[in-house]
Amino acid sequence: MVLLGLETTTRHASVALADEQGLIASARTGRGGRHGEFVAPAIDFCRREAGIGLEALTGVAVSLGPGLFTGMRVGIATAQAIAHARGLPVVGLASLDLVAFGARHTRRRICAVIDARRGEVAWAHYEPAPGGVQRRSEPRLGAPERLAGELEDAGGEVLCVGDGALAHRSALEATRAGIADEAAAYPSAESLLALARPRFARGETSRPEELAPLYLRRPDARLGWQQRGALHGGVGGAPAVVEGSAGGAEGAS
Amino acid sequence: MLTLGIETSCDETAVAIVADGVTVRSNVIGAQIERHRPYGGVVPEVAARAHLELLVPTIDRALVEAGATYDDLDAVAVTAGPGLVGALLVGVSAAKGVALAHDRDLIGVNHLEGHVCAAQLELGRLPRPLVALVVSGGHTALLLLDAHGRMRELGATIDDAAGEAYDKIARFLGLGYPGGPDIDRLALSGDPEAIAFPRALMDEPGFDFSLSGLKTAVVRELRRREAAGREVALDDVAASFQEAIVDVQVAKTIAAAEAHDVGDVLVVGGVAANSRLRERMRQACAATDRRLLLPSPALCTDNGAMIAAAGANRLADGQRSELGLSADAGLALDGLVLPDLPEAWG
Ligand SMILES: [Zn+2]
Repeated sequence: MVLLGLETTTRHASVALADEQGLIASARTGRGGRHGEFVAPAIDFCRREAGIGLEALTGVAVSLGPGLFTGMRVGIATAQAIAHARGLPVVGLASLDLVAFGARHTRRRICAVIDARRGEVAWAHYEPAPGGVQRRSEPRLGAPERLAGELEDAGGEVLCVGDGALAHRSALEATRAGIADEAAAYPSAESLLALARPRFARGETSRPEELAPLYLRRPDARLGWQQRGALHGGVGGAPAVVEGSAGGAEGAS
Repeated sequence: MLTLGIETSCDETAVAIVADGVTVRSNVIGAQIERHRPYGGVVPEVAARAHLELLVPTIDRALVEAGATYDDLDAVAVTAGPGLVGALLVGVSAAKGVALAHDRDLIGVNHLEGHVCAAQLELGRLPRPLVALVVSGGHTALLLLDAHGRMRELGATIDDAAGEAYDKIARFLGLGYPGGPDIDRLALSGDPEAIAFPRALMDEPGFDFSLSGLKTAVVRELRRREAAGREVALDDVAASFQEAIVDVQVAKTIAAAEAHDVGDVLVVGGVAANSRLRERMRQACAATDRRLLLPSPALCTDNGAMIAAAGANRLADGQRSELGLSADAGLALDGLVLPDLPEAWG
């Protein structure tokens, strides 16, 4: 078994190769956001380090988000293309699972929190389980205050981990939740492969075209000309604006 | 030599396989029109999402239709820009994945270079020099391919692209999306001289275009006529609006060919399917003793074959891209040298 893992859903992207024994090679970015330029050379670097060609791969794992839209698509498009071109099975996992897995050595319950930009976070709740963590809720998107409310309601000790927890530290700390430090804040290709390996072994895989990003947020539509036309008395219908934001090209989560 | 061509710069998920830079083995488009129709235009985030959904199935179909497997491919060409960056990144990432998976050459292509190279899929070697009018929902540009293969943008729209103007006016008139075909059809029964809409920059030197003023003029004129209680014949509006656009496009194109002493004129892009533009451009070229090159509609709109063709030229010339190839929304055309089609190919 030789697996390729791609994690590109946050500012820190990473790529790794692993077999049954564990990690063979890995590469990661610093804070630069240029995932589109990082991923393919990183894969090439890893395979050279490992001294193998991509024909040696038996599967491709990829993080599906939530996270940065563009990063998610870079990772998934690359994973899909490699897997389709080599006829390989794929496993797609939520970035939040990877973040929680990175914090599995705690005794507390875990809340993985990823920065979704525009003042929002994406999160899911976990409990420690033998050898890993177990997800207790579906990934959700909302204001940090809403998450804080959930943490209050839950009571007890919770460790919040992820870049979203760091970005909204004060709102979350007010609930008595702990905040994991930056070292554990980002999902990694290494965690991805650790979680994907047993799934490949059990045959719990998908076909590459079945992979879909976890956006959690509908696409932005700028105010279209048809709406402006309607405002000017135009005869064209004015469909509802989806999240009528003048936001930029880069969305998240 | 088989080249896989991937194009995702705007709202068409397009993949093709081209042999020796000239023979289309397959040319598949995973159309997104339905997804953008509710917005009356291309929404970048909607396009990027759709590309990701459609790309692998579209690659798969291109291979099946060409009767080829990944093993048969020699290289992967992909649009690196200009275009919507989120959309471009999907195609560029997938192209790199395929190139990596089979250790094949990767070549990034300029989208406008691709539009020009579409012509070689029907004509073989492109004549040089050549003036190309590229008109679509994404661009309105006049390009020069000089005798040495150097590409240069002579002019471009300073606001809306032609296709965008058609879409917006169609929307205003309550027609469908995309607007070009509907306006074209409606205009057939209209009088192109019924309303004298402005021809922006028509008599200015230079080869830039401006269409936002025309759009405003159409809206204002309709409201004025309605307020005055005058019947407005939509076919006259469509015909007059279209005539104003076509007038400027034809005049600027012929002026560019004259200024650079060029005998061959190429018209490409989705709007090249407009029947009035084709007719008027034919007349103008005939009147000035120029040859008009009009590729078939499937090669005029955004497609993967044009990218494969442009990539094949570059590969035959020894050019390659690194795996770190960027998607560049504003990728410049100026300074690009188009390698000639190798002798052996055509
Ligand atoms: Zn185009």
